[in-house]
Amino acid sequence: MIKHLRLPLLSWRFIPVWHRNYQVWKKLAIPAILGNLADPMLYMLGLGYGLGSLLPDIGGMPYITFLAAGTVAYSTMNAATFEVLYSSFSRMHVQRTWDAILNAPLTLDDVMLGELTWAVTKSLLSGLAILAVIWGLGLFGNFWMTLWIIPVVALVGFCFGGMGLVMNAVSPSYDFFLYYFTLVITPMVLLCGVFFPVSQLPALLQGVSAWLPLTHAIDLARPLVVGNMPDNILLHVTALLVYGSLGYVIALAFTRRRLLR
Amino acid sequence: MLKVQGLCKRYGDTEVVRSLDLDVRRGECFGLLGPNGAGKTTTLRLLLGLIEPDCGSIEIDGIAVPQHAREARMKVGVVPQMDNLDPDFSVCENLLAYGRYFGMEKSAIAARVPDLLEFAGLAGKADALIAQLSGGMKRRLTLARALVHDPDILFLDEPTTGLDPQARHLIWQGLRRLIADGKTIVLTTHFMDEAERLTDRLAILDHGRIVAEGSSRALIESHIEPVVVEVFGEGLADWTRHHAASLCRRFETVGETLFCYLDNADTVIDALKHAPTLRYLHRPSSLEDVFLKLTGRDLRD
Repeated sequence: MIKHLRLPLLSWRFIPVWHRNYQVWKKLAIPAILGNLADPMLYMLGLGYGLGSLLPDIGGMPYITFLAAGTVAYSTMNAATFEVLYSSFSRMHVQRTWDAILNAPLTLDDVMLGELTWAVTKSLLSGLAILAVIWGLGLFGNFWMTLWIIPVVALVGFCFGGMGLVMNAVSPSYDFFLYYFTLVITPMVLLCGVFFPVSQLPALLQGVSAWLPLTHAIDLARPLVVGNMPDNILLHVTALLVYGSLGYVIALAFTRRRLLR
Repeated sequence: MLKVQGLCKRYGDTEVVRSLDLDVRRGECFGLLGPNGAGKTTTLRLLLGLIEPDCGSIEIDGIAVPQHAREARMKVGVVPQMDNLDPDFSVCENLLAYGRYFGMEKSAIAARVPDLLEFAGLAGKADALIAQLSGGMKRRLTLARALVHDPDILFLDEPTTGLDPQARHLIWQGLRRLIADGKTIVLTTHFMDEAERLTDRLAILDHGRIVAEGSSRALIESHIEPVVVEVFGEGLADWTRHHAASLCRRFETVGETLFCYLDNADTVIDALKHAPTLRYLHRPSSLEDVFLKLTGRDLRD
């Protein structure tokens, strides 16, 4: 493992890999976009209005606004995670598409950077869909401020894309990904303030929550929805970048050991 | 075109490739023959710079591998052992996507597509999906894909394994066309007829080491007697005990067949006339006889 660990050599050759995934996505773009829109829409309308009508305002915002901000982070996390787990695994392990690409003048670093940037793209698409719902339902404080959500969403995609690639690298089969969802993603959804404020949790869990990347994503997204500048921007951005970059570098080492030996 | 010196690769205690030397000339079709596990595929992966050798040097058209593997792979087309065409794309889209990996412009790739499809015998199939293609068509498309960037040298890893005889002949036809066009080809196979038909020179690989090298005719001449009589049937054991040593220049028994190697078969055939329960097959010796002599007859898994 250690001998496979080194800094990635980045090159523009990742673009054809991104482009390949884009071409495939384009074939089913309409249902994909509808899915991106429908899913958070149902959540927000169902939980936001249904449950929200029973709840008081949270920190001065209606529950549906609170939830909308959580959903931006949560859905984009899911978009990137599903892409690098199930879809990347199909391309790497089942279809052997990566093997074919590695016979061309691309390195594994390029291939995985292509996958990572594609996961960011999927997060952006999903984030933009939710943003459209937020705009459509008028759930925002300041329109111009909500535009900052777009780079935040890309950052969330980078973070969870990088982390998910590690799972992709070590997974023997699709079933293995359930561990990641059960042990990492689901706890994160419940601990990071998607559905209720972190302050409702016991102190110990609040301490855990502060270290989880989704918390940092939500701490950026939620003030932007309401129309405020987030606090501690540098901390949150750094946290998301570090999780994503570490994930990419570690994933690269594991995948090198898996494919190039 | 391809120069390999002292190449070796170890996995733990197993030496998969041992001090391998190769010198493949431009325009030559070179075969790497060997039983399963002889190190053929590992050698190809080393040549492509996908894995790092433990010792030795590789040069493709003067470019050192793995140091400059990226530049070297620009000049190489690869047909892998297992099909890995992109199932999300049609036939034509597969070629377009693959050309992009070599940094080609879409228009430049598109201009080559008709010729490549014609070469692969897939002229009417541009929009077909990969799942709709037969095994032979997939192989031919993989070969066409390997040519998309007009490489100087081709690496083919068991290009006809798993194909029916008709499909194999079509692949061979394609390869002969490429050889005629002056491409350099390195081909691994465990089919003797494939090696005899296509290669100018070949190396027999066993346990990661070259055990013989040369043209198939030269290998047959230098390693084995020119004629073989295969004897089988009732009473073979008795006949072998009494006659084999005196009549054959060299012999071996495999299962229920005696392989009798000779310069001239007349005396053996005369002798066999007195053993009516035995049947025999008289034939010139082939590359397969050399191969089995050098790599042994035990099963490899």
